[in-house]
Amino acid sequence: MSDTIIQIKDVNKWFGDFQVLKNINLNVEKNKKIVVCGPSGSGKSTLIRCINRLEEHQQGSIVVDGNELTEDTKNIEQIRAEVGMVFQQFNLFPHLSILDNCTLAPVWVKKMPKKDAEDLAMKHLEKVQIADQAHKFPGQLSGGQQQRCAIARALCMEPKIMLFDEPTSALDPEMIKEVLDAMVNLAKAGMTMIVVTHEMGFAKEVADEVIFMDEGMIVEKAATNEFFANPKNDRTKLFLSQIL
Amino acid sequence: MNNINFLKPDKSNLNLFLILGLSLVFISIFDVFLSSFFKINATGFLPTSISFLLPLIIGFIGLHFIRIEYSGIRTLDEINKNFNNNNFNAVLSLLIIFIIIKSIPPVLNWTIIDANISGNSKEACTGDGACWTYIKVWLRRFIYGLYPNEEQWRINLSFISLLALGSLGYFATEKFKKYLTLYYVVIYPIIAFLFIFFFISGGPVFFDFSYGIIASVVAIIIGFFVPNKFKLYYFCFVPLAVYLSLNLFILPEEYVELGKLEGLNWVETGAWGGLALTFIVSFFCLIFCFPVGMALALGRRSELPFIKYTSVIFIEFWRGVPLITVLFMSSVMFPMFLPEDFFLDKLVRVIIAISLFEAAYVAEVIRGGLQALPRGQYDAAKSLGMGYWKMHIFVILPQALKLVIPGIANTFLALVKDTPLILVVGLLEIAGMLQMAKTNPKWLGYSMEGYVFAAVVFWIICYAMSKYSYNLEEKYKTER
Repeated sequence: MSDTIIQIKDVNKWFGDFQVLKNINLNVEKNKKIVVCGPSGSGKSTLIRCINRLEEHQQGSIVVDGNELTEDTKNIEQIRAEVGMVFQQFNLFPHLSILDNCTLAPVWVKKMPKKDAEDLAMKHLEKVQIADQAHKFPGQLSGGQQQRCAIARALCMEPKIMLFDEPTSALDPEMIKEVLDAMVNLAKAGMTMIVVTHEMGFAKEVADEVIFMDEGMIVEKAATNEFFANPKNDRTKLFLSQIL
Repeated sequence: MNNINFLKPDKSNLNLFLILGLSLVFISIFDVFLSSFFKINATGFLPTSISFLLPLIIGFIGLHFIRIEYSGIRTLDEINKNFNNNNFNAVLSLLIIFIIIKSIPPVLNWTIIDANISGNSKEACTGDGACWTYIKVWLRRFIYGLYPNEEQWRINLSFISLLALGSLGYFATEKFKKYLTLYYVVIYPIIAFLFIFFFISGGPVFFDFSYGIIASVVAIIIGFFVPNKFKLYYFCFVPLAVYLSLNLFILPEEYVELGKLEGLNWVETGAWGGLALTFIVSFFCLIFCFPVGMALALGRRSELPFIKYTSVIFIEFWRGVPLITVLFMSSVMFPMFLPEDFFLDKLVRVIIAISLFEAAYVAEVIRGGLQALPRGQYDAAKSLGMGYWKMHIFVILPQALKLVIPGIANTFLALVKDTPLILVVGLLEIAGMLQMAKTNPKWLGYSMEGYVFAAVVFWIICYAMSKYSYNLEEKYKTER
């Protein structure tokens, strides 16, 4: 398949003696939106952290946009620049203003001129509707605004793939919506996305495929409608009955 | 006004208790004041022990009377809350007030009233108090050490120009702000070094330069402009090759007489001293120990075993030995290991020794800051494609250093106060000069004044530094 952008093959990973990922196989095509769900401790965060090598896998291979993830540092930095990531805890840089948070990586990693980087950052901040906060510091913003800034920061690197690691789990209920709106807009713009989330409404709205993980394995993988209407695995049924 | 319970003062008789209590407290303090300032014992007619304790007892009763909760008078409530909230604290407060009052007259007498400052010899000191004449006469020595009097303008000029250059940061416009770090970290120390090297010493003092060393330093500087692709290879080979080829084949034995300015006399470092030397040693040690400490802190957290264990061993070694041993080693043992034609001045050796010693402490302080950062910051920086250096320079270190400003200020203050130890290798900074002046036969018996003077000088320096560190803290404070 020519437009496969992420190829995960037979990946195993251990933390000490504990196996977190067991025989993961996953292909993600370009412009597809994948939602990963499952109970906590099932290895979903670890899986997407492996995709930009914040965690190392010990067996198997992961190929992102034609580059295999190996120990080679330059290769990893190049891949990370193409893969944006948004974290549960936002992880904005508290010593930099919102605008500087967004321009830091384009200027120093992509060697973009400062002026262009600022224009780009403002464009993306505009998209997530916090352009008016550009000169504030992260500590002065609400959780929802911080998370939207984190999305804009990742977008400023103009990534081909966006990874979301439970982006709404640390937010108040009324802030979840503003972040999800930003993500829906992003999905509609055609970004390839892998989202770890418990927001099933979001999954129904944008996902092409839903993956259910439990105990380090992919238990079920199906198209969105199929997944919600007609889950096959008992574990999935139980999970869905609890969460919906 | 009917039921006055003197054991339980309450609000209904507020004014009565207030007047009674305040006058009792006033009487007790006044009694101590009289006996302390005018040597009048107002209660002398009583037996000694009662007379001695009377102010305390009276004051205690007075404080008991004014201890009225929610009196409605703000000052009174504040006093009650902070100094007078129970009997024990009331006694403590009184005792502290008494001790302060008691100790003022002797201190005043010694430092000012009975002190002498006129005259130029020991004979001028006739009073019982301090002999500031001693400080006055020796002031030049305390500030400049044994540096010749007619050359001291060189020190003054250097320090004033360095101070002026150092304050440039305050006047920098927006446009130049981004170069300030570069200026302070690289350019300013070089200027300072040149000033001291050429101007204060005025001769070939610190170490000899060969053409080879100069050429290789130039080669290193050029190296920063080499394209990234070849940088590593360039740095590995070119400077060394330049040095070796120049030294071995072209110009063997050729040394440059650097550090010689026309018309300036050479003052060897042995003659430097006093406050000027304190400043020079502290300044260079601060400048050198900080980057070394930062490198060690990063090294200790490195994933490469060689770098990690080198840093650990280095840090633990320097933290494990006393400074005084380090200084002895640097002046006595170290030269033995050097080749015979290699000359490194004692002052330089001492500065290097103290810098490495303090670097180990700075490293551990900075490591504390690095560990306080949440892992998410590393993740976020990595996920944006930053490599190790970019991540540390732009994300990790700015935050970690901000966190450890108090710790670093602590280490630096300790460093400044450790500088008198260079006395043991024969360099006489201000405390060393005191030691020398104290044993001068003409001025025996005035060590007290000297030490008070040194204490005040050190206190001023250290207090300024700690104030500055508070300012920095305020300046870089951001909400998390």
